[in-house]
Amino acid sequence: MAMNAEPKMPTEGCSHGGCDATPGSDPTGDKPLGGVKLSRREFAKSTALIAAAITAAGCGTSALETFKQTRLREMSHDELKAFLVKLEKRYEARFGTHVDVRATPHAEGVKFAYALDLSRCIGCRRCVHACVKENNQSRPNPEGTHNNPIQWIKVLEMDKEKGIDLNEAEPYYNPAEVPREGKFYMPVACQQCENSACTKACPVQATWKEPDGMVVIDYDWCIGCRYCMIACPYGTRRFNWGEPHLPKDQLNTNTHVLGNRPREKGVVEKCTFCIQRVREGRYPACVEICPVGARKFGNLMDPKSEIRAVLETKRVYILKEDLNTQPKFFYFFGV
Amino acid sequence: MDLRTLVLQPTTRTAGRKLLLDAAVALAAGVLAYGCATQAKKAAIDEPDPIHTTAAKLPPAELGLPPNPIKYNDDKGETFAVPKPPISDDYWPCTQCHDNSSPVDRTRRVLKEEHTKIILEHDAEHRWCLDCHDAMNRDFLHLASGVTITFDESYKLCGQCHGDKYRDWRVGVHGKRTGEWNGKKQYLLCVHCHNPHSPHFKPLKPEAPPLRPTLYR
Repeated sequence: MAMNAEPKMPTEGCSHGGCDATPGSDPTGDKPLGGVKLSRREFAKSTALIAAAITAAGCGTSALETFKQTRLREMSHDELKAFLVKLEKRYEARFGTHVDVRATPHAEGVKFAYALDLSRCIGCRRCVHACVKENNQSRPNPEGTHNNPIQWIKVLEMDKEKGIDLNEAEPYYNPAEVPREGKFYMPVACQQCENSACTKACPVQATWKEPDGMVVIDYDWCIGCRYCMIACPYGTRRFNWGEPHLPKDQLNTNTHVLGNRPREKGVVEKCTFCIQRVREGRYPACVEICPVGARKFGNLMDPKSEIRAVLETKRVYILKEDLNTQPKFFYFFGV
Repeated sequence: MDLRTLVLQPTTRTAGRKLLLDAAVALAAGVLAYGCATQAKKAAIDEPDPIHTTAAKLPPAELGLPPNPIKYNDDKGETFAVPKPPISDDYWPCTQCHDNSSPVDRTRRVLKEEHTKIILEHDAEHRWCLDCHDAMNRDFLHLASGVTITFDESYKLCGQCHGDKYRDWRVGVHGKRTGEWNGKKQYLLCVHCHNPHSPHFKPLKPEAPPLRPTLYR
């Protein structure tokens, strides 16, 4: 905490002039801290002062609490309740408005799965932007130092002639109208694998598979090492390289603690099948927005669900099936 | 016609009072215009078919179920809840104008007075208005068997030819459902997405592409 609060970053240190920060030019042998020479005594003094200031300002308690806080999965009912209240307070301070953070648990007998009709998708990207709005992803920030927009869904344009070839896929297509002649479109988001590589790679177990099937992340436990992103064969995890840019007027205040609650810098995020919606009976935002009805969602355990109808009657394609990740996201050909 | 204009706005009640009535006649116009009237086609692109543009909009995603879904049983006893068919209230009921006060002219012809904006691009070679719209009661459609059905049940009419799509639609594979994955579901009718007179989807403008990594710091 104190280290982070040190105001003397290299650029600032040099900007006020007169500071001698060039490595090797230091006659006393003291190591420069962020470009400003400090003696051990001065450093200790300033650190103590800052720590004292923080405590005096009252932030220290919450910082300490955060430090002591355990992972979400290990919290008791009461701890979780208190944590949600704390989160709501944190967001209220950050956005100046009430953000509802819930922890709706999974229901028994439910295993969510998703299907997408490749013969219908026209690549209009309505899903991508509906997802960004619903799930509080970081928006483009032209003024910030970190313009770090995040989109969980990536729509790939591919040649009908070549078929599904990820090497030739184009995510940046931008014609006046879609679908383009001779092309087809494949939206890719988290595949919610049953045999998920990402959860195995996480060194702190901050990501896991919920009983109803979604792979989720404890944003407060994630250390930002990004091993999961390397492990994921689908490239569907995203990292907050900078402070997420989420203007207040674009905030979705209806959130789930494992889903779309606003994230901080330095954590990984990904699609959760809109956990805040589906755990309360609704369809994911991308299903509702799709103008061609290419997206299907439902309970694998329910023989009457749309998803079962797809799996039982259509030709289904599983992305990178040979990796044995066992996705719960199925592509199919409705025509 | 843009696909997005086909989206249902249940609250829109501003257009004139004749639309639906006009629809059947215009359908006929469309049939006959199909062969000869490329200019009419152009006009239709400039000023889209009023019935299916002023009325129909898919319910916005965030609203979930639109108000007053109509429930009914299909021939196998299943209940489907569908939103109001995309017909402008100002043109409904058709019998406002088509009141059977004059004899029905069943000859295929270009409609020159009413419904001129409807262009039939749906097997126009073999079909015209009265193959689907009931001549004796314009507030109804009729099946090939002659059985009349309401506009809410129009999926049965479509299902006569498109049986595979109909089967897929019934189980939720074709088309779109809104509402709850485990509860109250709403099936959109065929005509909520497909203009019945010109069912092929029109291209859309895609939303913005992602930024390339080089474009942000």
